Amino acid sequence: MAIDKAKVKEIAKLARMKVADKDESELATELNQILDWIEQLDEVDTKNVLPVTSVTSEILSQRDDKVTNLDQKDKVLANSPSDNSDFYVVPKVVE
Amino acid sequence: MSYFISGEKEDWEVVIGLEVHAQVVSDSKLFSDASTEFGAKPNTQVSLVDSAMPGMLPVINKVCIKQAVRTGLGLNSKINLHSVFERKNYFYPDLPQGYQISQYLQPIVGEGIVTLEMSGEIREIGVERLHLEQDAGKSIHDQDPRNTLIDLNRAGVALMEIVSKPDLRSPQEAGAYMRKLRAIMRYLGTCDGNMEEGSLRCDANVSVRPKSTSELRTRAEIKNINSVRFVEDAIEYEAKRQVDIYDSGGTVNQETRLYDSDKGETRSMRSKEEAHDYRYFPDPDLLPIDLSTEFVDEIRKGLPELPDAKKLRFVGEMGLSEGDAEILVSEKEIADYFEDLSVGRDPKLSANWVIHELFARLKKDDLNIDNSPVKADRLGSLLDLIEDKTITNQIATSVLETMWTSAEDPVAIVEKKGLQQITDTGQIDSAVEKVILENTDQVSQYKDGNEKVLGWLVGQVMKTTQGKADAKSVNEILRKKMDSG
Amino acid sequence: MTLTSLTISGARDKLQSGEFSSEELIKEHISTVEKCKNLNAFITSTPEIALDLARKSDARRARGETLGGMDGIPIGIKDLFCTEGVLTTAASHILDGFIPPYESTVSGNLRSGGAVMIGKTNMDEFAMGSANITSHYGPVKNPWYLNDGKDRVPGGSSGGSASAVAANLCLGAAASDTGGSIRQPASFCGIVGMKPTYGRCSRWGMVAFSSSLDQAGPLTKTVRDASIMLQSMVSHDPKDSTSSPEVIPNFEAAITGDIRGLKVGIPEEYRISEMSPEIDKLWSKGVELLKSAGAEIVDVSLPHTKYALPTYYIIAPAEASSNLARYDGVRYGLRVDGSDLNDMYEATRGEGFGKEVKRRIMIGTYVLSAGYYDAYYLKAQKVRSLIIQDFNDIFDRVDVLLTPTTPFAAFPIGEKMDDPVQMYINDIFTVPASMAGLPSLSLPGGLSDEGLPLGLQLITKAFDEETLFQCGDILEKQINFSHQAPYIEEIGS
Repeated sequence: MAIDKAKVKEIAKLARMKVADKDESELATELNQILDWIEQLDEVDTKNVLPVTSVTSEILSQRDDKVTNLDQKDKVLANSPSDNSDFYVVPKVVE
Repeated sequence: MSYFISGEKEDWEVVIGLEVHAQVVSDSKLFSDASTEFGAKPNTQVSLVDSAMPGMLPVINKVCIKQAVRTGLGLNSKINLHSVFERKNYFYPDLPQGYQISQYLQPIVGEGIVTLEMSGEIREIGVERLHLEQDAGKSIHDQDPRNTLIDLNRAGVALMEIVSKPDLRSPQEAGAYMRKLRAIMRYLGTCDGNMEEGSLRCDANVSVRPKSTSELRTRAEIKNINSVRFVEDAIEYEAKRQVDIYDSGGTVNQETRLYDSDKGETRSMRSKEEAHDYRYFPDPDLLPIDLSTEFVDEIRKGLPELPDAKKLRFVGEMGLSEGDAEILVSEKEIADYFEDLSVGRDPKLSANWVIHELFARLKKDDLNIDNSPVKADRLGSLLDLIEDKTITNQIATSVLETMWTSAEDPVAIVEKKGLQQITDTGQIDSAVEKVILENTDQVSQYKDGNEKVLGWLVGQVMKTTQGKADAKSVNEILRKKMDSG
Repeated sequence: MTLTSLTISGARDKLQSGEFSSEELIKEHISTVEKCKNLNAFITSTPEIALDLARKSDARRARGETLGGMDGIPIGIKDLFCTEGVLTTAASHILDGFIPPYESTVSGNLRSGGAVMIGKTNMDEFAMGSANITSHYGPVKNPWYLNDGKDRVPGGSSGGSASAVAANLCLGAAASDTGGSIRQPASFCGIVGMKPTYGRCSRWGMVAFSSSLDQAGPLTKTVRDASIMLQSMVSHDPKDSTSSPEVIPNFEAAITGDIRGLKVGIPEEYRISEMSPEIDKLWSKGVELLKSAGAEIVDVSLPHTKYALPTYYIIAPAEASSNLARYDGVRYGLRVDGSDLNDMYEATRGEGFGKEVKRRIMIGTYVLSAGYYDAYYLKAQKVRSLIIQDFNDIFDRVDVLLTPTTPFAAFPIGEKMDDPVQMYINDIFTVPASMAGLPSLSLPGGLSDEGLPLGLQLITKAFDEETLFQCGDILEKQINFSHQAPYIEEIGS
């Protein structure tokens, strides 16, 4: 399926990323180029093939249930763009 | 007991499925080493992983896997030896990663069954699945007029999402199902069930259909209900709302709704209106969870006796009534208390004292059984005094009252206050004679055939003996003396 | 012989023998970095930290203690490794001002091994690119150029790291490779670049691009240097669930100088139409050199090779679209105010991400979206299985593969910009090993007819970095690449 400007808008919205109106058609062209090129994968027969779950096939490592992280609010909030010293702050959300 | 809503033309059946979110009992979070403790100051239990700093990675907490398997076994469910964590992608400020790590196509627990008893009728409710996922943080909307504040203490705490099949047919059933799940998890120690602290919440999918049809109609999802009563109220309101819509020729929208407990109604959630596309895919930062059958068997071996089995035993082996057994197993703490109490004692007497005397006393002070000032061993000593006839039932009640505020042993209390039952018939004889002499009017009424007055006379004797005489003996002696005199 | 033209192993020996101090070595490199600012190889220089670390290294050495082969050695760290207290940007506007309160495992390991970070190297934004032209901090120049007045790209995404090593600004650089981001720039800049097995280096603290592919590795001047530097980077890290518990061998000890009997596979599918004839010639020369050193040459087939690149361009953007969701203006970096929450998100991400990053987020979001997941993402993960199977099949019969690293030499900045797919072809030879998580190494194979470096690539089975170093060292000696980047003579560094 070809990507048009409306689809570009829709994907950009899903990705929460502003795309300028003037860039939409260029982006649509590029995405179509990429997707057309990707389409060559249709040639590969994958009927009885399982998808990769991990490349190195190790066993999931598990952690002990220990609290080793003590209060580091200052560190965690240090890079926040807001100057509130207790919370992260975002524009008011209406539920 | 069937539940129907009467509409204008016909009766309607309610179809309910619940998605219960249960916080896993663990010290640290699902994928980070920050504490899960409730009530900490904002953002003080947040690790670099929880705040999604660049390059931070999740590492699974092994206890959370164990707890999920334990819960699955407790719900008679199939344990999936291979399960996969996936990312559920959406933007929200209380979701720092921009995705929730959850399980989607391959959950850790598959189908199971929860049995409910609704007024004597057995109802089996299907469990669709149970999966592990991360909780989100908290958005605070009311502290700042222009902004929403974000506290990430909860972000990353392990949750079990337990999805029922649409098998529930009334608000009461939904409530009973919630209570049962809660009890099972509390027995298992996998969720503390504390609804005030948000450890147990649920989303209810509600639809209605004309009685004796089997189609599934459009459902509304009521989000984030945090008490059993609200579950029942919200479903009841929502079902009626839907019936009203159909009656007036309208259609029900598939939408997310919020229950407003102050107004007792549900309303559409505007913020959830836009269509979601969560773009699930296996989390490449984690490998699949592969469990061995030995691991699962080991957990199975360590399971405690659960409420259904316990109830059977209470009825079958202890001879308790169904009703009493049901009450005693409804909470793990009650069952534990009762079992501690009934060791070596008459189970029925023990059950009676827990259900009537203890509960009444607890209710008066608004206490739970686990913070009862009278522990099972102390209450046991009191029952022993009844059983060996040291004191009467009536005296025992007043001794319990004393024990409530005193650290003293019941034996000591009885001793000190001289409350031992009067077993010396001579003593009772003289008390009876005294009452007969002082109440000649009543005695002659009795002799004229007024049996009712006997009770009053017994009361008088009990008063003289300060309740220490056995009412049965007093009754006998009194009758004998008056009949012969 | 200046201090900046040394190799790591050379500097190591001379530091040990007391010929010069780490402080002298570092000072020399810091002043070269100053002189070579027009390469734009560094986003942040950290001379004070470097001098402090150098003095500590010297003090250790004076006490008769050293922390290993990297002690006192000046290195660059790609700006996607989080470095405690030092600006970390991943070359993106969206990480403006981000000072991590933590140190990545890899950079931390290097520091524990005594290595001296002199700065954070430039790169393609979020490691997305093959020419280092997508950096918010501007393009990096390749120290190799011709007399046509055009600056060449250093390759990408680790272009700053490769340029810095090739121009003698540091003795090595810690970089990362997702689809070729270490090996391709190594090839373009005439140096050695090595990507170990997926899981050898911890990804903790490394800004994520594509989690199932990202792997840290060294860029150095020689194969031996790569073995020394890699040793200091690897570890089994309990903070990364994909970090391997596999035993870590002594990599430098694998360099035995003998490859007699080693079976070298030549995959026919790597002979593609986009490849220039001189690359073909270089490849054949490599084959001959290995044969003369006693290796046995075996023709092999990796039938799904041509599908690796399109597969990569589904999986990497898909993972990236999710990995980059955390850059939302709430907790760190750039925030562009908006009328409401979504407006803030969209404005921040719209302004904070560059063109190529946006393009990949768009592709990644699309291939994961409802209705397309099976056709794209799931399909790609299945093809990936076949690619891995191809490698498993041939590594029963051969020990190592020899291929070109890139289909062409470094191109002028500004070219190959019109069609993204043309740019993606850069990674055609490096992506297959990435898809399978295999270790591979690029080393200079010679110069193109025009006079630009070209690389040869070796690939081995998982966790067999030793054979890579063993064979790479022999090939390096046989090729005896002694050319220097013209920039070095020009600047006199």
